Amino acid sequence: MKKGEEYSLVIGHLYPDLLNLYGDRGNIKCIEKRCRLRNINVRTVTFEYNDTVDFSGLDIVLLGGGALQEQYLVCQKLKAVKDEFKAYVENGGVLIAICEGLELLGKYYQTDKGDIEALGILDIYTKTGSHRLINNIILKNELWSMPIVGFENHLGRTFINNYKPFGKVLYGYGNDDKCEGVMYKNVIGTYLHGPLLPKNPQVCDYLIKNALEKKYSKSISLPILDDKEEKDANAFMFKKLMHRNY
Amino acid sequence: MKIRRVLAINAAKLVCAVSKRIGKQGATWAGKVAMLIYPSILKELSADVKKKIYAVCGTNGKTSTNKMICSALELEDNKVICNHTGANMLNGVAAAFVLAADKNGTLDADYACIEVDEASAKIVFPHIKPDFMVITNLFRDQLDRYGQEDATAQLLSDAIKAVPDMKIIVNADEVVSTSMVTANKNSYITYGVNKEYSGNQNESQVIEGKFCKLCGEKLDYNFYHYSQLGDYSCPKCGFKRPHIDYNAEDIYCQDYIEFSVSGIKLRADYRGFYNIYNILAAFTALSQSGEKLNNFQKMLDNYNPGNGRMELFEIYDTKVNLNLAKNPAGFNQSIAAVMQDKTKKDIIISVNDKDQDGIDVTWIWDVDFLKLSDPSVNSITVSGIRNKDMLLRLKYEDINAKAEDDIDKAIREKVLNGCKNLYVIVNFTALLSTRTAIKQLEEEQNEKR
Repeated sequence: MKKGEEYSLVIGHLYPDLLNLYGDRGNIKCIEKRCRLRNINVRTVTFEYNDTVDFSGLDIVLLGGGALQEQYLVCQKLKAVKDEFKAYVENGGVLIAICEGLELLGKYYQTDKGDIEALGILDIYTKTGSHRLINNIILKNELWSMPIVGFENHLGRTFINNYKPFGKVLYGYGNDDKCEGVMYKNVIGTYLHGPLLPKNPQVCDYLIKNALEKKYSKSISLPILDDKEEKDANAFMFKKLMHRNY
Repeated sequence: MKIRRVLAINAAKLVCAVSKRIGKQGATWAGKVAMLIYPSILKELSADVKKKIYAVCGTNGKTSTNKMICSALELEDNKVICNHTGANMLNGVAAAFVLAADKNGTLDADYACIEVDEASAKIVFPHIKPDFMVITNLFRDQLDRYGQEDATAQLLSDAIKAVPDMKIIVNADEVVSTSMVTANKNSYITYGVNKEYSGNQNESQVIEGKFCKLCGEKLDYNFYHYSQLGDYSCPKCGFKRPHIDYNAEDIYCQDYIEFSVSGIKLRADYRGFYNIYNILAAFTALSQSGEKLNNFQKMLDNYNPGNGRMELFEIYDTKVNLNLAKNPAGFNQSIAAVMQDKTKKDIIISVNDKDQDGIDVTWIWDVDFLKLSDPSVNSITVSGIRNKDMLLRLKYEDINAKAEDDIDKAIREKVLNGCKNLYVIVNFTALLSTRTAIKQLEEEQNEKR
């Protein structure tokens, strides 16, 4: 990014009043902070219970996690704009969907009251497991040298067909002990809350870079930031769980 | 079955004595042994309590509220059983009773005040059949333990159903508790703070209790006291904050707390709006069971919360205030209490991630640390197992802090070279090591004198 160039991004936070598991706020803060440090104008538009999401004008969309009843409400809300949502994703819009947000992207998710038809943005589906998978988790994705560290707490097991996973599981459960989450175009879906982004700045920068490149139709290289605290926190969890440095 | 009862009690006493000798807290083991030898022991002993049994449940404030009820009853010369050690699952509760019995198996107690872990309540209650259950609040806590947030309310609801005659004492301002209690058949009495108190600064985000538990509609709030505590109503189904039977009026809450309830003026020499609720809960429970309240103020005067509940020390002329906070609501209240002190202060925050804390520390992202960004804050040191997470969290509020893995060093540094006014906020397992470090310094000082 050269001096004098003006960039701006708009983050859309979908239904934080309904989906607000631990740390979702941290993900928004992280995107905002890492944009501001690079003089990228950034603002967040929040869509709440009574709002209808307008995807036009959004550059990064965050869909978080919440309880089952709230997930159902959000599902009903988003069904009304399903086509727009799908178009946003197919056109390369950046989306990060976490926990229940990930489940909503699929064709359906199982609950104890039966299958619930979800948004069908991706050709994936979620089944209910016999017990919740609750643990620290570490992933490796070849896109980044730094591992992805986080926390998972989910009853659903998401099956991603032929999509790429978000990462290979080094520690924890993930979808099936081997892989976690899903990636498609500029979409990341994952069960990692924690929040995901502050301790994984490489993932945050990936979202920002993709959003800028999409919006400005050119290749962008983001200025490097001082990530000492981020790296320390990431490395600490890696070492604590893996008993080695990476 | 007298023989098994006597055997169970004496075996438990032995286990307790042995574990104390080897430096372990023996209560849980003692209870376990007693329950193994004689599974009806808790049922029998609790039936021998002459007057009333109180159970205190809820996310925050259990220990303090329970201790206040116990202290007030003791001031009236009653013999009271209380699980002071904080062991609040089945075995810990059993221990409180068996260790209070004599070696002939006889229990001489007027009352029992028992704090009960939310997940254990439905196991404990059928044994002890409390006359009164106090619910302090249900905040978001330990999602890694309970899985989902509604799970705690469901667990308590199951516990309540097991004791139909038990009267519930519930915080009217807290919607998660009242939704659960009013949906149950047990009779209930409420306490709360009817009017908005101007001294409370609203936190930037309320995370819990936004939607009606009965119909799913978004709740309207006239105001919040803190977290989700406030005056709520549902525009769709009409559910609203119930009438407050024991209301705190004429509140003062700065360097000390003062308020009136039922025409009685009460004062306590510690900070924090949440303490008003704890005092109200204890007052309501005692009033409801028809106890004399003449000495309630005296109880508050003598009451030292202790064990890391706003515990005060003075070491080498430094005022040290140690406070436990385990979840976002607790942390936000701790920070609010610290910031009520406008003078210069050093702050140490220690966060661990052991099983009892919850191995998931992501809740620190739901704490409003921005309040610490204030000229009166001289320094912030982060310690505990997850100090790197805390450091990063504070970076996000542009707050400079120093990480120190060793809590002894952190405390020593600030006691000896700080600004003479130190606040230490810690979570559950960090409390023990931190308190030990403070106590050690205190002893060192006493030896030098």
